[in-house]
Amino acid sequence: MSEQSISAQDKNWLTICDASDLVKDSGICALIEQGTKEKQVAIFHLPNTEKQVYAVSNYDPIGEANVLYRGIVGSVGDDIVVASPLYKQHFCLTTGKCLQEDVNIDVFPARILDNQVQLFV
Amino acid sequence: MSSSKQKLVEKQKVVVVGNGMVGHHFVEQLAQLRASSEAIEITVLSAESRLAYDRVHLTEYFSGKTAEDLAMTDAETYQNWDVKFQTNTKVVDIDRTNKNIVTESGQVIDYDKLILATGSYPFVPPIPGGDVEHSLVYRTIDDLEAIQASANISKVGVVIGGGLLGLEAAKALKELDLETHVVEFAPQLMAVQVDTGGGRLLRTKIEELGVQVHTSKATNEIIAGENCRYKLCFSDGTELETDLILFSAGIRPYDNLAREFDLTIGERGGIVIDNQCKTSDENIYAIGECALWNNFIYGLVAPGYAMAKVAAKDIIGESAEFTGADMSTKLKLMGVEVGSIGDAHAKTEGALTYIYENQPESMYKKIVVSADKKKMLGAVLIGDNSEYDSLLQYMLNEIDLPESPEGLILPSSGDKPTLGVDALPDTASICSCHNVTKGDIIASIDAGATTVADVKSCTKAGSGCGGCAALVKSVADNEFEKRGVEVKKDICEHFAYSRREIYDIVSVEKIKTFDELLASHGKGHGCEICKPLAGSVLASVWNDYILKKPHLSLQDTNDTYLGNMQKDGTYSVVPRIAGGEITPDKLIVLGEVAKKYNLYTKITGGARVDLFGARVEQLPFIWKELVDAGFETGHAYGKSLRTVKSCVGSTWCRYGVKDSMGMAIELENRYKGLRAPHKIKFGVSGCTRECAEAQGKDIGIIATDNGWNLYVAGNGGMKPRHADLFATDLDDETLVKYVDRILMFYVQTGDRLQRTSTWMENLEGGLEYLQDVIIKDSLGINDVLEEQMNSIIGTYQCEWKTTLNDPEALKRFQPFVNSSKPDSNIIFVQERDQIRPATKDEKAEELSNVTKIAEEA
Repeated sequence: MSEQSISAQDKNWLTICDASDLVKDSGICALIEQGTKEKQVAIFHLPNTEKQVYAVSNYDPIGEANVLYRGIVGSVGDDIVVASPLYKQHFCLTTGKCLQEDVNIDVFPARILDNQVQLFV
Repeated sequence: MSSSKQKLVEKQKVVVVGNGMVGHHFVEQLAQLRASSEAIEITVLSAESRLAYDRVHLTEYFSGKTAEDLAMTDAETYQNWDVKFQTNTKVVDIDRTNKNIVTESGQVIDYDKLILATGSYPFVPPIPGGDVEHSLVYRTIDDLEAIQASANISKVGVVIGGGLLGLEAAKALKELDLETHVVEFAPQLMAVQVDTGGGRLLRTKIEELGVQVHTSKATNEIIAGENCRYKLCFSDGTELETDLILFSAGIRPYDNLAREFDLTIGERGGIVIDNQCKTSDENIYAIGECALWNNFIYGLVAPGYAMAKVAAKDIIGESAEFTGADMSTKLKLMGVEVGSIGDAHAKTEGALTYIYENQPESMYKKIVVSADKKKMLGAVLIGDNSEYDSLLQYMLNEIDLPESPEGLILPSSGDKPTLGVDALPDTASICSCHNVTKGDIIASIDAGATTVADVKSCTKAGSGCGGCAALVKSVADNEFEKRGVEVKKDICEHFAYSRREIYDIVSVEKIKTFDELLASHGKGHGCEICKPLAGSVLASVWNDYILKKPHLSLQDTNDTYLGNMQKDGTYSVVPRIAGGEITPDKLIVLGEVAKKYNLYTKITGGARVDLFGARVEQLPFIWKELVDAGFETGHAYGKSLRTVKSCVGSTWCRYGVKDSMGMAIELENRYKGLRAPHKIKFGVSGCTRECAEAQGKDIGIIATDNGWNLYVAGNGGMKPRHADLFATDLDDETLVKYVDRILMFYVQTGDRLQRTSTWMENLEGGLEYLQDVIIKDSLGINDVLEEQMNSIIGTYQCEWKTTLNDPEALKRFQPFVNSSKPDSNIIFVQERDQIRPATKDEKAEELSNVTKIAEEA
């Protein structure tokens, strides 16, 4: 739990769901409610990659809709990416950078601990 | 030798006399070719008050274009190019020994190389009484202004000269609302470019437009008129009264400077030049209409441009040669299309001609071919220039003619031989004005041009007379298309295979999952291109339920959620309504479901009902009600069979000859669920009135008295294509058998996202090949094709029905893994009594209201 002590006061590892809720090579979406604010986080499970679990904002800033978790995941060169299901731009799952246009999405630390999927938000 | 070398090191001074189209072209070429303005200094002198403008399109000055519109350059451009220029500057003296010129105002300008691009002037025949105030010529913008001024106080105008320029001038007078006459010495119009038959038709057409034509008339003298200002007296005793006389009796080279300073001049004028465009003085070049090459003066812009390029190259030391030019012309005179190619008069020994004349439609077409009927020598086209480009290419590139060359000009009967741009060699000249070959266009695409506009700006093709614009586009498009397909060959960075190869790999190696395929034939982690492709191929070959675990992550969101995602992340719901036939009860169910879930409702172009605005979590509930009422999925989300559009057929229609509705329903149910490279649409019409528009569909079927006619590879949408007639008068059984085979063959061989129309266009051997494969079984694969189709039909399942019975699959339809709240970003507003997605502004307003309410509470 060393991460917790390092983190800013208002951020924590939050348990989202069981690891079995993840879908291999695909995405699910979590709703994070903090006070009156809502945040949608897309969580992808790519067991054949080094990090295995990736979490980014679910909001597609180009299509302006909450849809990224429904995109197809894969790779472009060395980047692990999700392609927006609306207009197919690629977002890097480790940096949040869009490979086609000059926009970024938020990236969240994610992990599987004791068969639980956790996000650092 | 050593002195000229020294000159190259110093600054070389190039002086251009004349700034017409050709003079300007030379400046442009040299400005680009020279290493820098330090190495070569360019000075342009123009006797006119304007810099270069487009003389080819001069008549457009009268249809509203301004001098600025016609301008080819301006002071700023020349300054940017570092080119010195002076207008209103007439050169009066050339000192060849000291290499300088003197202008009218006494200015002395040194040169190392002098370019004479002085052009030509209109020839005014010496007719007694011809030198009067309203006797004008047609050459410069100043001339046009004079014509305009004169026309304002005139009623009748006469053009003397019925050649190309004369008719252009007549057009100008007509546009100035004068009663217009053309007087020609020869027995016909455009005698240089057009033969007698063509000339006759041309005359009829020109006269129909209200221009009176007088041929075989020599003007003896011009005297004062009785009703008009002047009267022309012809040698045959007839007369013609007019207020304005416009001479267009040919051009004469402006060679007086050269004449005066002892450069060699042709017998009938023109500055003699060699293949490098050099005059008899090696430091003086002549280009354009003032130059005489091989005893010939070229009065067209294209050869002038070619000379300009040769001279510019010669000056910077690159080798180049002018070896003559093609004089073919294509133009539109007062709306009449006229084309003249090569040996229009069949003067070549042994030449044979084919003539097609259609008087009711005012069309005349002639081709001149070699004695052995193998090569095109020339052509004349009046009234319809649509074959000009092909005929010209046949001639220029000496392409072998088809067996019956007359087919090239006969009216299309469906199988007219066309010359595809693919058949052109790379050396084929596409734009003769700028001497751009097909190879140059390909090179520009190699260098990164990605649009036709890029190609044009890069090569200048199509920017001269503009006559080749359509051809430039089709050559470029063909090249893009080719590359498009080539690029598509490797489907993506993860698989170095085409869709067809992936199909073969999957079926031959019995691969059942994407992971197996990636491990054995790919690299990386896949992407949104190869995953759905593999999903589609796996579905085509094994017809597994597409949301089965190993395939789930391969599908596009539309296939995953079995609906079409809309811009706000909601989905549309489209149940199958085979053939568009629906009972009132079922129609009521659709209405009730739409009302219950507040869905926007629209009838589609494919004769079914589309329900919009369903949230992910609503989809299973909506579909549960629809499936319970007997509906099935409509596959509107899939690259698969969409609709079979039909008319009502012989059951109800007074004209129907067969039951098209029954056939449409049978076919739609047979092929529903089939996964293909792209979507597939059918049409079935009950008679030749073709109300179902079957000839614009991938598979089109039209009832005849003797059976069904089968059409293939039609398309509407972005690139419409008329379907090809594949077979006629088929019985039901044979029809279905052929459709089975065609569809399966397409599924196996089509590229990713390739509709049947482009598939057909790229199929080597085309329709005939497909007929051989399907009807004659030339590949011996028909048994396999039918077997595969039968297995797919036999394993059909409604994907929604299967999904509703699978709790694991239904989990996908929860918006959040940890909450059952709906997505707060999906907001609708009302429009025309239904919902629609809120715009960004509307959403912002809505959200601020919500916040306010929350704060107030």
